[in-house]
Amino acid sequence: MWSFSHIANELHEWLSSIFNPTWTLVIEMVLAGVAVIGLFAGLGLVLVLMERRVAAWIQIRLGPNRVGPQGLLQSLADTLKLIVKEGLTPNGADKLLFNIAPFIAMIVAMLLMAPIAFAKDFQLWDMNIGVLYVSAVSSIMVISILMAGWSSNNKYSLMGAMRSGAQIVSYELSAGLSILTIVVLTGSLQISDIIHSQATGWWIFKGHLPVWIAFVTFIIAVTAETNRAPFDLAEAESELTAGFHTEYSGMKFALFFLAEYINVFIVCAIGATLFLGGWMPFHIGNLTDFNRVMDYIPSSIWFFGKTFFMIFLIMWFRWTFPRLRIDQLLNLEWKYLLPISMINLLLATAMAILGWHF
Amino acid sequence: MFEEVGTTTEGDIIINVGPQHPATHGVLHLVITLNGETIKKVEPHLGFIHRSIEKMCESLTYRQFIYVTSRMDYLSSHINNHACALCVEKGLQVEVPPRAQVIRVLMDELTRIASHELWWGAMAMDLGAFTPFFHAFRERESINDIMEETCGARLTMNYMVPGGVMQDLHPDFQKRVKEFLQLYKRKIHEYDELVTGNIIFQNRMKGIGYLSPEDAVSYGCSGPAARGSGVSCDIRKVYPYEIYDKLEFDEVLETAGDSFARYMIRLREMQQSIRIIEQLIDNIPDGDFQAKTKAVLKLPKGEFYQRVETARGELGVYIVSEGGTTPYRIKFRSPGFSNLSVLDHIARGSKLGDLVAMMGTLDLVIPDIDR
Amino acid sequence: MFIIKYIKEVYRGVKSLLVGMKRTLYYFTHHKEIITQEYPDNRDTLVMAERFKGEVVMPHNEKNEHRCTGCQACELACPNGTIKVIFKNELTPEGKKKKAIDKLVYHLELCTMCNLCVEACPSDAIKMAQTFEHSVYDRSELTKILNNPGSKIMDGVE
Ligand code: SF4
Ligand code: SF4
Repeated sequence: MWSFSHIANELHEWLSSIFNPTWTLVIEMVLAGVAVIGLFAGLGLVLVLMERRVAAWIQIRLGPNRVGPQGLLQSLADTLKLIVKEGLTPNGADKLLFNIAPFIAMIVAMLLMAPIAFAKDFQLWDMNIGVLYVSAVSSIMVISILMAGWSSNNKYSLMGAMRSGAQIVSYELSAGLSILTIVVLTGSLQISDIIHSQATGWWIFKGHLPVWIAFVTFIIAVTAETNRAPFDLAEAESELTAGFHTEYSGMKFALFFLAEYINVFIVCAIGATLFLGGWMPFHIGNLTDFNRVMDYIPSSIWFFGKTFFMIFLIMWFRWTFPRLRIDQLLNLEWKYLLPISMINLLLATAMAILGWHF
Repeated sequence: MFEEVGTTTEGDIIINVGPQHPATHGVLHLVITLNGETIKKVEPHLGFIHRSIEKMCESLTYRQFIYVTSRMDYLSSHINNHACALCVEKGLQVEVPPRAQVIRVLMDELTRIASHELWWGAMAMDLGAFTPFFHAFRERESINDIMEETCGARLTMNYMVPGGVMQDLHPDFQKRVKEFLQLYKRKIHEYDELVTGNIIFQNRMKGIGYLSPEDAVSYGCSGPAARGSGVSCDIRKVYPYEIYDKLEFDEVLETAGDSFARYMIRLREMQQSIRIIEQLIDNIPDGDFQAKTKAVLKLPKGEFYQRVETARGELGVYIVSEGGTTPYRIKFRSPGFSNLSVLDHIARGSKLGDLVAMMGTLDLVIPDIDR
Repeated sequence: MFIIKYIKEVYRGVKSLLVGMKRTLYYFTHHKEIITQEYPDNRDTLVMAERFKGEVVMPHNEKNEHRCTGCQACELACPNGTIKVIFKNELTPEGKKKKAIDKLVYHLELCTMCNLCVEACPSDAIKMAQTFEHSVYDRSELTKILNNPGSKIMDGVE
């Protein structure tokens, strides 16, 4: 059956037959890097197009349909436009910080790719602290935003960056707590363990109320963490023109743009892994025939299907809700999400100890 | 250079919102003093789209000057034209035929709905929800189609002339308006689902930008901005013109005085306009659509004033005539100018994000302020 | 009680959000509600309203005759000097000198489509056309001469 792990194994065997183990490793690393960058570009293009289509249909418009068949090449054309544009650096800007900020955003997004299991046995780095790694690295994102906002020497940018700092720091808490719910139930931080614990059923089905609450909190928190509407206060174009990337243009702007979409993809992939079983197919109890049919669907399709479902959810939020105000945003976190997810964590712990889940 | 004037001695930040900024919907320039996110002062700077319409009108004849007024408050161009036509008629002492009066009122109310639709979409967009804007345009476009069919243009119609209207109604007019009414009734609940009932929206609007009735009066606010504070100022009720005194409709009043009250006023006003249209659409009297007037209009020596209720508030047209074919002096009292003046008062102490919401509920059209 | 109020608040808030999401999902899945038109593609089927004010034109009949007497009413009615009537002297068959229009110059770039000239014209010589794609590369192309070259006034129009 066609799957990523199959291809990867074939490739590994083929390389091993030609080179010695060290070279094989080096070449595999390079290939993985190229694949990640390729995936980046591909994902960016697909997600931008997807967002524009979702927005258009919700807004009773047609959406991009001029470039290529059905407008499929639209985001490619956009990228091309951004590449040939001049990347201005404002006169009063802190040149060094201004220029490296978008790259830091990109690097963070790339680092986050490492522990994600794209398919059965197809993972760049299955470390034993996978979930912790993700939540630790994703907080570096705020540094790039603060850098961009500070170094632009623009008050809009500065305010956007400060907003985003407050926002990301707060929402990390409830995102972390809702991740902890699953960690408590699984007893492991390793991504592959978490996925395997869902072989009998995804946590969203096995976990009852605590996991549902954790799922909702997780979605809200990651929407805020990735600066997506209704929590897009860092950009808030009707208040701050474009927030922290007001002064960016050309490819540097494109990198921020891309990093935002990649971050959305990653948090959705993490959500799909934790709550929806990652690449685990959908199984119902003892219905062996049904389960076998489900098994025939490649694991990568399961993974991407779930991830894109989550991405759709986040896009759906964006095109439905108005934006919150900064104090309401912090209220929501500290007065609602945080207490709820703390109590929820207690509930989940009780459930894990008493073994109430399936 | 801006670094030096950028911050005050206490460390407050001064930012320039506009003249080109997504929130101002035009070329308004607001100089805002901020303490963190809290607004300390808002200073509107005007004049970026000043076209001296009043001076232009002085060199145009009484037939010609009406078209310029479409360009003041371009969202209620019919009503602007109507005010000018009424004022000229007052001077000429012509009787407008009943059919023309009904047509004028119908057009005014359609314009009012169209204007409020656009405001609703833009308001939601200011708050970061993009979808309502496009949904509002669906209804607004169908009004525009009706206008295009009868008046020949979608935005600057120049349909009202002294003595009546320029052309008779299009034969399809009644049918199209009824279609629109149906469409509107089918879609009106979506406004509540998408925006009004939304908890985020309500939290952002309620209790924000409080304007007391006394302040509303002393700043000279009019229209929905004042009625949101409970000040009864609907010119259609207070100084009825045309056939408004014979029509059944309510003056919409809210007492809360906050942004949400001003928002609800406009939504409910649309319903009242629908009510007026429903009363009139089947009862358009036959007859002339234009009174007989001389080819060259000359107003007698004197001063003439006429006020109407536009979608934004009270528009006053003041004409001084020396007996010639052109006005000696003309002055427009535009609602937007007074409504903008209250912005600093209501915005102090609230957050930057609220400023956008408040500007939305004041429904500012910049060419109306600058003229 | 505080807790009950808290839970009610959360419930009400979530419900209002879900109502909005249901509405947008409806539009996401119902593509027949889409109202935008693909404008340059639908040029052939595009029907403009018959009264649409796009540009002032002067209709000519098949014998290249128009109805304009050169009375200048349109020139006077126009608020911004868009129309200019230029005369020439013609000899009538009886040998008398007669004033007739040479050119009716129309500056499209100045016109506000206010329809006043059409209303003012006593002999219905000009009307509004429904064209609206007016962009050109050079401004001078917007200055038009409304009467066709060699055209003359229709018989019986005074
Ligand atoms: S439409 Fe108005 S502006 Fe244009 S030529 Fe006629 S009178 Fe002048
Ligand atoms: S177009 Fe009409 S108004 Fe103008 S000069 Fe000719 S006849 Fe007179």
